[in-house]
Amino acid sequence: MKPDKPAKQLQAFFDEAGRIARFTGWYFRQAIRPRYEFKELIRQCFIIGYQSLGLVVLTGFIMGLVLTMQLRPTLVDYGVESQIPAMVAIAVVREIGPVITALIFAGKIGSSIGAELGSMRVTEQIDAMEVSGTNPYKYLVVTRVTAATLMLPILVLLSDTISLYGAYLGVNIKTVTSPDLFIWQVFDVLDFTDLMPAFIKTFFFGFAVGMIGCYKGYNSTKGTEGVGRSANSAVVLSSVMIFIIDLLVVQVTDIMGFN
Amino acid sequence: MDIRENIANTNDAVISIRGLCKAFGSNKVLDDFNMNLQKGQSKVVLGRSGSGKSVLIKCIIGLLTPEAGAINVFGQNVLNISQEELDEIRVKIGFLFQSNALYDSMTVRENLEFPMRRHSIRLSEKEANERVVEALKNVGLEHTIDMMPSELSGGMKKRIALARTLILKPDIILYDEPTTGLDPITGREITTLIKEIQHKYQTSSIIISHDMKCVKNTADSIALLLNGKCYTEGTYSELAMSDDPNVKQFFE
Ligand SMILES: Nc1ncnc2c1ncn2[C@@H]1O[C@H](COP(=O)(O)OP(=O)(O)O)[C@@H](O)[C@H]1O
Ligand SMILES: [Mg+2]
Repeated sequence: MKPDKPAKQLQAFFDEAGRIARFTGWYFRQAIRPRYEFKELIRQCFIIGYQSLGLVVLTGFIMGLVLTMQLRPTLVDYGVESQIPAMVAIAVVREIGPVITALIFAGKIGSSIGAELGSMRVTEQIDAMEVSGTNPYKYLVVTRVTAATLMLPILVLLSDTISLYGAYLGVNIKTVTSPDLFIWQVFDVLDFTDLMPAFIKTFFFGFAVGMIGCYKGYNSTKGTEGVGRSANSAVVLSSVMIFIIDLLVVQVTDIMGFN
Repeated sequence: MDIRENIANTNDAVISIRGLCKAFGSNKVLDDFNMNLQKGQSKVVLGRSGSGKSVLIKCIIGLLTPEAGAINVFGQNVLNISQEELDEIRVKIGFLFQSNALYDSMTVRENLEFPMRRHSIRLSEKEANERVVEALKNVGLEHTIDMMPSELSGGMKKRIALARTLILKPDIILYDEPTTGLDPITGREITTLIKEIQHKYQTSSIIISHDMKCVKNTADSIALLLNGKCYTEGTYSELAMSDDPNVKQFFE
């Protein structure tokens, strides 16, 4: 394929952004109106949570352990080895935990939603739902986006906890720290203003991953190639969105004096 | 002349399409298309790939919205009614999708139950189950009831899709290329099945096909879709004898 002219690319970018905005707008209109697809929502929460559980636990654990081991030499040089738990806790809870978990989530859930809805689109399953008395946007999109929005924060909390456990083990490789002391050291530095913005932004991450996955799948084009492309671009775009949201949230919390 | 005749017949038409126009961007797919479907009639729509046959029947069921024209189904213009009224009409129209559209994540039973549950049709568990079994019996696949669609062959998928179309006992069935992509033997079986269903349930149908064996067996009347218009209509033998190259190409 020949690369398009920059002006054309820019045009395409804004067109796409406009379509995504409109697609997102529907969510707020459709989600508040009956009929509510509670059963499907619960099912999706379960599927989405369950699918990412193993990965989140594994990456969370490694994150805490590795971060601890890598911070140690520097902190030992400065003679502040006792600050390791505090530093790891700040880094994990405020930034690394939410962002890494969200990226893993985008890779796992964003792509699976994109591929699933994409194949439902090209094999006319979405049309079939519509003629069977079902609003497919409600049944497929609202449920998945809501489930992703609700499940990611829970997964991040889990990941943070496991990370801190990994950090605890990391600390204990070279020194002996009791669990009580470790917990005290961690919660001594973490307060509400650390936890709240970090927690709230995970809802936005989850929403973005769900929405972009659904958008790409729902608007998939004919052919199996189209399905693959939907899954792929869902992951790429939602990963970028995670960083953009991260940047926006840090600005907002800065202005609000949370830092 | 044809058109005047059609208008005279509009009274007993279950579907009557007038002046239908549908375009995608600059691609004018349907351009002043007119057609009637009489009660109990089985009409084949013939046309080349990409001529807009699927677009036509997707307009009838409200999956696509045309720019202009009228589609009367049982006397109601489907382009001009509320969502609730449209859903009521959709209960009476079965649609067999070209790609079957079986829900991958559901068993055969759940696939068949889906339209009943979603259209909030009041049925007891027992009645619903009986309907599922009856629909599967009609297509000779009772043993697949707890299977997943991925475990079925192409022909079986088509049959299950047909069973799902029948589950609401529709008055009209729209078939989108029912034999395309199947081997000749399976294609013939599906054709036979379509005939059986038409006979058993007295359905009116629109069948999209360019499988001439299927067309010959099922069509009471054939409409030729060309350049977005209904180019001509007639019975199989009428069109088969035509000298018009636009018509002839399908019968060679
Ligand atoms: N959703 C759509 N968006 C844009 N173009 C479409 C869409 N659906 C169909 N078309 C175009 O309309 C034309 C007719 O398509 P279709 O009805 O599927 O043909 P067929 O007669 O083979 O069933 C094709 O040129 C196709 O590209
Ligand atoms: Mg088609």
